[in-house]
Amino acid sequence: MSQTRDAAIVGIHEYPSRDVEGELSPLQIKAQSAARALEDAGLNWRDVDAVYDAGEGGPMSGLTIAEYFGLKPNVIDTTNVGGSSYEYHAAHARRDIAQGKARVALLTYGSTAHSNMARIGVGGRGGLGVQPGDNMESFVGMTLVANYAMAARRHMYEYGTTSEQLAEISVATRLHAMRNPQAVKAMEDLEFLNIRETTIEDVVNSRMIADPLHLLECCMISDGGGAVVIAAPEVAKDCAKTPVWILGTGEATKYPENGGDITTSAAAQSAPQAFGEAGVTPTEIDIAMIYDSFSITVLALLEDLGFCPKGEGGSWVEGGRLRFDRPDDGPALNTDGGGLSSNHPGMRGIFLLIEAARQLRGESTSQVTDAKLAVAHGNGGMLGSRHCAGTVILGRD
Amino acid sequence: MAEATRPLPSLKELDTRPFWEATKGKQLRYQKCDACGTVVWHPRGHCTGCTNGTLSWHTASGNGTLYSYSVVRQSYHPFFRTLVPYAIAWVDLDEGPRVLSNIVGVGDPTTDLACGQRVKLTWEEHEELSIPLFTPA
Repeated sequence: MSQTRDAAIVGIHEYPSRDVEGELSPLQIKAQSAARALEDAGLNWRDVDAVYDAGEGGPMSGLTIAEYFGLKPNVIDTTNVGGSSYEYHAAHARRDIAQGKARVALLTYGSTAHSNMARIGVGGRGGLGVQPGDNMESFVGMTLVANYAMAARRHMYEYGTTSEQLAEISVATRLHAMRNPQAVKAMEDLEFLNIRETTIEDVVNSRMIADPLHLLECCMISDGGGAVVIAAPEVAKDCAKTPVWILGTGEATKYPENGGDITTSAAAQSAPQAFGEAGVTPTEIDIAMIYDSFSITVLALLEDLGFCPKGEGGSWVEGGRLRFDRPDDGPALNTDGGGLSSNHPGMRGIFLLIEAARQLRGESTSQVTDAKLAVAHGNGGMLGSRHCAGTVILGRD
Repeated sequence: MAEATRPLPSLKELDTRPFWEATKGKQLRYQKCDACGTVVWHPRGHCTGCTNGTLSWHTASGNGTLYSYSVVRQSYHPFFRTLVPYAIAWVDLDEGPRVLSNIVGVGDPTTDLACGQRVKLTWEEHEELSIPLFTPA
């Protein structure tokens, strides 16, 4: 299949603070990020004719943000699939632009999860389930961490994966975080202990949160947000920065099934769509921006995206293979520091697109020399039960 | 302040109400399609295997295999924080359904559980329903 260049990321902004101390609203973070991303592209509010939103504005969020931003968009898309929403938004923006429905698409995200003291990972989400699936599960005292931990436990059982192998993901990500001043500031503001490069021993000796996942295998809960501007080729050619083309996309769902395999995520369905559409293979990918809610998320997704066969992720990541300075060994992982060590306000998907674009522009703090192809993969929902997957393949000319 | 208790399922949710009503009599029920044989879990009003099947309720033996589990060490929930460390598990019932539950009656859940081990049903009684939990067989 021939590669198409229907739409490109032309503007990005990652909101710099991870702790706004309750002094900013999610909508304000979205608007400030949007303005900076438009500025980055050399565009203005009036150029935007399509908005994509995951619902921080409440019910009818598409209308809320159109008014708040002062826009009159022709396309409004409020797909909410958790942390993968922004990969879906990028896919839909590309489709809408290719069909001629829009020329400049604006994606924004804002969250004050940290200021709100949202203990997302360990909230013991009992609640009163209203969906039938929830009503069969809400009595057990599930936590987000335990949900992912069950996928890790089964991966260990079936494939012999070890905590030391999972720790490789945390170690590589922290290495990248220590090179990113915004990530270091984030860890300081969130009062991380021992802010430094970590070792495998550090990770496996950190406190167990939900067996077999340790503290340093779990993402942070920050404030934050960002924006991405996606534009048609005729707009992109006049923008300020190198266009980062959206070459292929894929979407998929996964939920509990009798006899199902929780070590395999929805990425196994979304990735072949995206790679096929882009006409590239995983071996060609320089940058892997993979949703790192937890170490196991990355390990399972590396397999499902096709970087290595199912079950071999543990041995594949060994020896620091995911570091930015090992380009001959495969893709560099989460070169901004990831959700584990830089930014996770609840729905991290937008930062996957932002850092992938930085790498392909040559702007990363852990720059991979001559990076040409990136994959951004969002996992929204919960790996061990029900989730959505969004895969986006990005490339530069 | 009243003592925190386990959050209980709603008896008003339409798809799962028949399941929870049967738990009062300590019956663990699941649905199977009369036409195509698909075992449907969680309970719902239609067969996911065919478009014209009728689902019948069956009673499970309560025997199953531990598919995977985690031991929660940290929780901010007012009830579950009093239970840590406690085990959450996916259990494959012999009849097919994969159910989410807790493994109880284990000395130390951090060391005494393993994927693949056999488990059996035990009930925690409440006023209007019972909660299906599992214990090593």
